[in-house]
Amino acid sequence: MTIWISIVIAGIINYLTRLGSILLIKPEKLSESAKKILGYVPSAVFPAIIFPAVFLNETNTIVQINDPKIIGFFVAIVIGYISKNIILTIIAGLISYWIVIFLF
Amino acid sequence: MSKKTDNLLKGFYDVSPLLLPVVPFGIIFGAIGIELGFGPYTTYATSIIIFSGASQIVFFQLLSNGASSLIAITSSSVVSTRHLLYGAVVAQYLSKLSLMWKIFLSYLLTDQAFAVSQEFFKKNSNDEYKHYHLLGAGLTLWIVWQLTTVIGILLGSIVPEELGLSFTIPLTFLALLINYFRKIDHLIVIFLSGLSSILFYEAPLKSYIILSCVISLFIIFLINKFQKKI
Repeated sequence: MTIWISIVIAGIINYLTRLGSILLIKPEKLSESAKKILGYVPSAVFPAIIFPAVFLNETNTIVQINDPKIIGFFVAIVIGYISKNIILTIIAGLISYWIVIFLF
Repeated sequence: MSKKTDNLLKGFYDVSPLLLPVVPFGIIFGAIGIELGFGPYTTYATSIIIFSGASQIVFFQLLSNGASSLIAITSSSVVSTRHLLYGAVVAQYLSKLSLMWKIFLSYLLTDQAFAVSQEFFKKNSNDEYKHYHLLGAGLTLWIVWQLTTVIGILLGSIVPEELGLSFTIPLTFLALLINYFRKIDHLIVIFLSGLSSILFYEAPLKSYIILSCVISLFIIFLINKFQKKI
């Protein structure tokens, strides 16, 4: 039974983190510099999801420079930079990662 | 077609490339829930009640490793704090909506929906029905997440681990950032946040994500302030 209570509490808090700012922030009260800083939010959040997933292995140590994930990561950056295409970036990263894993 | 349907479909269309990692991740999550012994109903309940892959995984992993409920709840909540930042960004565009809309759209504010809809909002800030974009993107993710969790619960680990599909998660977020790589200030934020996340990865209660955000946003704030003075 406690697991259900825990899930509901976790769910409520999770939901409040989503609702909180939408409900409480009045855009007309935001200063220009606050709006500018909010423009950086994707660049501030996503790397914290990306970097540990690429540069750390299961034991939380830094991966080797020739790790398949590093190669996939840099191929994806180059292809993404040139193509500006989301799906192409993901596919290029995944395929180069697979090539390293399965062929070498 | 009406503007509402247009925007709804645009949200669906924009978010669909991002489903590539969501599908295997949902199946893997469903399978993990069963493997860790949480049972089908409990596992599925998290997808509908918590509805956040990262928080759900943290929650189950900690509980199955013997952590207390308090630690599991706190950690999954700390992982969720990034939504406060997402909310602050979209609040600038959704302030005129009714309370019911805000309550409903908040439930759908996931990483991927935020990523595509905030781009749409920036370009269409005068569109009266722009929130339908978030509705379309959010509902698409919600439906896919519910279905794939159920598939994982019913069929188990049908996604071969050798494929390394979990690598598509960082790739997707990288693809979402790629346009910011052309701007030096954004590159600084990306680098600072990435570096912080590695340095603070073992910080208590999975706080490395929000720590990295706060550090990188604070430093770029200082840099911007300093630049104005010179």
